[in-house]
Amino acid sequence: MGVLLGAVAYDPKVVTIWDGFRAWLRSSGLDFDYVLYSNYERQVVDLVDGRIDVAWNSPLAWVRARRLAASRGVPLTPVTMRDTDCDLRSVIVVRADSPARSLNELAGRVVATGAVDSPQATLLPLSLLFGAGLEPGTDIAVRRFDIGVGLHGDHIGGERDAARALFAADPADRADAACMIDSNLLLFGREGVLPAGAVRVLAQTAQYDHCTMTAGPSAGPDGTGGRLNPDVVRLGELLLGMDYADASLRPLLDLEGLKEWRAPRLSGYEQLERAVDEAGFYNADGEITAADYRP
Amino acid sequence: MATTDLADLGLDEGGHLLVGRALARLAPGERLTVTGRHPALGLHLGAWCREHGHRLAEADAGLGGTAPALAVVKGGAGDRRWLGARRAGTAQGPPDERADPAWGLAARGALVEAGGPPIGAHWSQREHVWADIAPQLYAAAAASQWDPATAVDWAAPVGGVPEEIERAVVQLMTYLVENEQAALIIPARLLSQLHPHYREVMQLLASQAADEARHVEVFTRRALLSGGLLGTSSAGGRASLQTLLDEPDFTTASFLLSVLGEGTFVDLLRFIADHAPDRVTAEVTSLAARDEARHVAFGVAHTAHLARGDKSYLGTLRQAVERRHSALRDTAGLNAEVFDSLGRLAAGSWSPEAIRRGWRAVSELTARMDEGRRRRLAYIGFPDDEAAELSALHTRNFM
Repeated sequence: MGVLLGAVAYDPKVVTIWDGFRAWLRSSGLDFDYVLYSNYERQVVDLVDGRIDVAWNSPLAWVRARRLAASRGVPLTPVTMRDTDCDLRSVIVVRADSPARSLNELAGRVVATGAVDSPQATLLPLSLLFGAGLEPGTDIAVRRFDIGVGLHGDHIGGERDAARALFAADPADRADAACMIDSNLLLFGREGVLPAGAVRVLAQTAQYDHCTMTAGPSAGPDGTGGRLNPDVVRLGELLLGMDYADASLRPLLDLEGLKEWRAPRLSGYEQLERAVDEAGFYNADGEITAADYRP
Repeated sequence: MATTDLADLGLDEGGHLLVGRALARLAPGERLTVTGRHPALGLHLGAWCREHGHRLAEADAGLGGTAPALAVVKGGAGDRRWLGARRAGTAQGPPDERADPAWGLAARGALVEAGGPPIGAHWSQREHVWADIAPQLYAAAAASQWDPATAVDWAAPVGGVPEEIERAVVQLMTYLVENEQAALIIPARLLSQLHPHYREVMQLLASQAADEARHVEVFTRRALLSGGLLGTSSAGGRASLQTLLDEPDFTTASFLLSVLGEGTFVDLLRFIADHAPDRVTAEVTSLAARDEARHVAFGVAHTAHLARGDKSYLGTLRQAVERRHSALRDTAGLNAEVFDSLGRLAAGSWSPEAIRRGWRAVSELTARMDEGRRRRLAYIGFPDDEAAELSALHTRNFM
């Protein structure tokens, strides 16, 4: 039977990671292979259509997969997530000397974001602004940095450019606020992109969850999603059993950015579901409705 | 409850060092209370904890009415990284008998995290590379480095001798450069295949290569002093050196190069220094002879170390000499112009009496070279008759 997993090639290291995991999983007796996608949208469609058994989904890919599967009446089963996928926050920062003290004081201002499909640096922060009564594009100008469109924000470039825009030399290019994930707030501070003491966090989202691994309808032994394919069950068990003390696995876990796989939870995506609706990014059936999104 | 206070320090300015220091004293699962006034402390700490496998627990009640303190629950990943780690021998002590390829480039004595690429070093057994004198020889080498720009009086006059004598010097320098280039490449090649656990041998080979680089420089510079062209390079001479480059084994390469070749070369360099028509020639050859003597000392000590532990190894060494001899059987060996140049140099003039004297001096030199080789071979463990036989098989090219 075996398991075929889909992952998105947002970086060349993805090949190293999944080649390594494949070798380890096979040595543990699991018939496992993977395919790589150039963007999450095709991966989600293939998951729901049953062309792959399991997808390593971004949070936005999970939202779309859930909607698509629901509209077609096919089941999805969460498999696992990383320890680092739990309890993230996004922030909206301004220059330390900015007069703005609250979100609604950004009315009429320019807000820099990551790529159109970045949950952490675009959709969630814009939802935060929306909640404060500021309609993106109407009450605030959004300057988007569309790097790696289709990768759902996995590429850090857009976020970094958004941060840089806060300090653009030319006032015409300078943004009044920038959006990013908490870990990049720290990273950009350390890199000097955001010099220490030069920015102030104006607002932060509630905690949310990031990537999640999902089994699709093909994971049922009869293809209808009844009992879960025992190989998919075994995949989840093996991933959860990966030990950071194992020297053959540790470099792969470091590359993939985790210390341990966790049991999956689906409670951390409500904010993003709301943000997707507010932005009109996907409709309730999981179709792409964002006008300017070309993955 | 353990606590650490960052005052107004952010984690983007090094605050994680204080948090890490406090966590190091805790066991996985224990809590650390972190206080501070940096406005983004909670955000920074949450992101940092995720990345390092810790957990940021819900904020504790504020201490003394100040901002709420944050609690970090220590994770186990940091400790688990070092579970399979072990030390790459001891830094002060002698190197291990076998160097583990998994130690890679780690310093001897370092605690080595399991995993990582194994080093592809071919020479990873002490027996194959070691000599007890290696640390002292390296120390001596490091202390004896000289600067070609200042160690030689380049302004000293050259000339005042017949043109043919100056041409003899240039021919000898040309020949020396060729040989020193071989003597540079061989230790460099051995070095690239040596496990760095044998640090002192690695350092010694590196200094040996650096010595030869200096020799190449000073011999070239001396050759050019009189403003003419360089001398000739014979096919036989180069063939002889090529057999050294082709020697795959560490000890036999070291044996052929240092014990036999450079050992012979020390006599040659001293001969040129003794008969040098000018100060620069005398200085460059004397300086080089001093370095070469160190190379010989390691080659002899290492080969003897191995042969004393395994008498049958003498057979391997013998085969190496014989193999090289038969490979060179059909070549001329020494550049005839080099041999003649030595005679001219020792003669110093064209009078028949001077030529006879020069010729005799060169004959005495070859006898001295032979005697030196026999002495070193005997030290390594060859019986006298075999030492004499092997010395006679040594290449006519000296190196």
